[in-house]
Amino acid sequence: MRVSLFIPCLVDQFYPQVGLSTLRLFRKLGLEVVYPSDQTCCGQPAFNSGYHEEARKLAVRFLRIFSDAEYIVTPSGSCASMVRVFYQDLSIPADLQQSLDRVKEIIFELAEFLVDILKVTDVGAAFSARVTYHDSCHLLRELKVKDPPRALIRNVKGIDFIEMPESSTCCGFGGAFSIKFPEISTAMLEEKVRSIQRSGAEYVVASDAGCLMHIAGLLLRSRIPIKTLHLAELLAVNLR
Amino acid sequence: MRITSKAFKSRAREKVLDLSARQRYRGATQHSVEARNRVVQDVLNWEELRETARILKAQSIEQLADLLQQLEEHASANGIHVHWAETDQEACNHVIEIARRQHASLIVKSKSMVSEEIFLSHALEKEGIETVETDLGEFIVQLAGELPFHITTPAIHKSREDIGKLFANKLGVPYTSEPTELTKIAREVLREKFLKAQIGISGGNFAIAETGQIVIVENEGNARLTITLPRIHIAILGIEKVIPRLEDLSTFLAILARSATGQRITSYVSLIRGPKQQGEIDGPDEVHLILLDNGRSDILADRKMREVLYCIRCGACLNVCPVYQVVGGHTYGSVYPGPIGSAFTPLMASLEEAKDLPYASSLCGRCAEICPVKIDVHHLLLWLRRKAVEERLSNLFERLIVQLWCMIMKNLQLYRIASKFARVLQAFLPKRDSVLPVPIWSKSRDFPRLAPKTFRELWREVED
Repeated sequence: MRVSLFIPCLVDQFYPQVGLSTLRLFRKLGLEVVYPSDQTCCGQPAFNSGYHEEARKLAVRFLRIFSDAEYIVTPSGSCASMVRVFYQDLSIPADLQQSLDRVKEIIFELAEFLVDILKVTDVGAAFSARVTYHDSCHLLRELKVKDPPRALIRNVKGIDFIEMPESSTCCGFGGAFSIKFPEISTAMLEEKVRSIQRSGAEYVVASDAGCLMHIAGLLLRSRIPIKTLHLAELLAVNLR
Repeated sequence: MRITSKAFKSRAREKVLDLSARQRYRGATQHSVEARNRVVQDVLNWEELRETARILKAQSIEQLADLLQQLEEHASANGIHVHWAETDQEACNHVIEIARRQHASLIVKSKSMVSEEIFLSHALEKEGIETVETDLGEFIVQLAGELPFHITTPAIHKSREDIGKLFANKLGVPYTSEPTELTKIAREVLREKFLKAQIGISGGNFAIAETGQIVIVENEGNARLTITLPRIHIAILGIEKVIPRLEDLSTFLAILARSATGQRITSYVSLIRGPKQQGEIDGPDEVHLILLDNGRSDILADRKMREVLYCIRCGACLNVCPVYQVVGGHTYGSVYPGPIGSAFTPLMASLEEAKDLPYASSLCGRCAEICPVKIDVHHLLLWLRRKAVEERLSNLFERLIVQLWCMIMKNLQLYRIASKFARVLQAFLPKRDSVLPVPIWSKSRDFPRLAPKTFRELWREVED
């Protein structure tokens, strides 16, 4: 099985270790991994701000690069949902319609791919810590993926998994929203961080670098000793 | 519709600082959601019920003109005077005309969002006609001179102490913060008004085309009194409220009460068929139905956005919205706040006047997830953002940033150069806490540093 990695720009620039962890994990599972190196961004930031024309250009570019993949996997629920759910709103040119239909079928977020396609819930990771999980909005509500990340986390050896109250409430990131309305965004984040603290966890795990960047932003600013961890990183630690 | 949504941002900025208010909104909305979640469980197949409701609403909106004609025909046959109002002004004028004809000096009102939309009480007061809200929440909001804070629970922003002070102040009663006492005070004031009023005005949750009936759901019995005590009754409904058949009502009653207040059914469901018939002792002598357009036909003409007309005003999307929970209802500057209001208000007023509202969402999608008629609220907000950009309402700076960003993302060479350049720049920044000073973001949150090497660089190293 050949997997084409789609590494979101945020991961490429700020959290390359999330990409490396994904790579390590797939290699361990015996998959052939390729990284189409022309890739940049799926176009979501432009799309979410209403710039369909700009988003369309990047969508077209994305489809050209990935159309002959066997599977496309990305450690981001948000970017996967952009392609699977929102590309169809972009008036993609007719000659790429077939590519779009195909790409929509073969693109998966990491946890979804592991559990639903590979049927793996125990990747063989080990990590002794008290961990809670934050549902990324796009993964949960656009892709309807709720249980797979939890199943994967629970099967990490030595882990103490606790649900936080209101795990599915948004952290307030929302891309440009966090800059357009910094006060609202931060207020939402404060509520989120309170939920995380109430869980008593040492680590908060999520499936999107965006949420984690936002959550870490306040944890660090307020000197709260809870660490953020991407699901891919958690699953790639101490692989047996 | 009068809106002050232009001040959304500045109001929000202030509002989020009030931590105790935030706690109150959160508590009240979460309470509603919990109640809703409990009673949703006892429906055998809630998702199927939602789907049925959505299909019924969609069909009703698709054949709106036909249904409205049927409604007019059947309501008229029942003895109801049907009036059409294209604008808020026209609707108010119909009411004023009826009131003048009857030499009315006092009107009692039951809760109605449409009457808020057209600022009816205000228009009547200007004519010297006293107009009294009789729903407890609306009564409180009216005394305070405010807009409703929420679609279904208009006074949730007020603590019982606030209400106690308000009553003492405006009604001249001794201060108390006991809910039972406060309700008793309101009841005493209102009972007298009910008995004296010449006209009762209500809204309507549904109108049934097949039978010409108007349906009102409520819990306090004030709407029932508003309908039956005064000699004249006027019901004002947005044209989107019409549904085809009486049998469809069971679906809507089941989802509306559950979604709005977490009840299996509301305490009162009134169906108005027409004026008092010969031999009947209760009911008004005259019933008027005002059907209001006020921009709805234009929304209907918009294939994508017409979905907002499915809304049955349950308020569930407000209750789950994390933005609403921190900024509250008044911040939106519209009688329709929250996610559905953010989609509806720009269409009713103009996108320019309410251009912040479509962006006032992190797109988390909880609104669409809970909506009993499955309105894709957050996707509609995305659509409005697109319209805003097409109409060039976004600012020049933002447009330039997006274009520059797009140019870089389209071209791998440029992307590489920009990556390198950003890292060179970063090296010159102070190392304090390894925070990148990103304007606006960094005021309240740390921003991460760029990684020394990008993933694509590391990939090449791993591969080699």
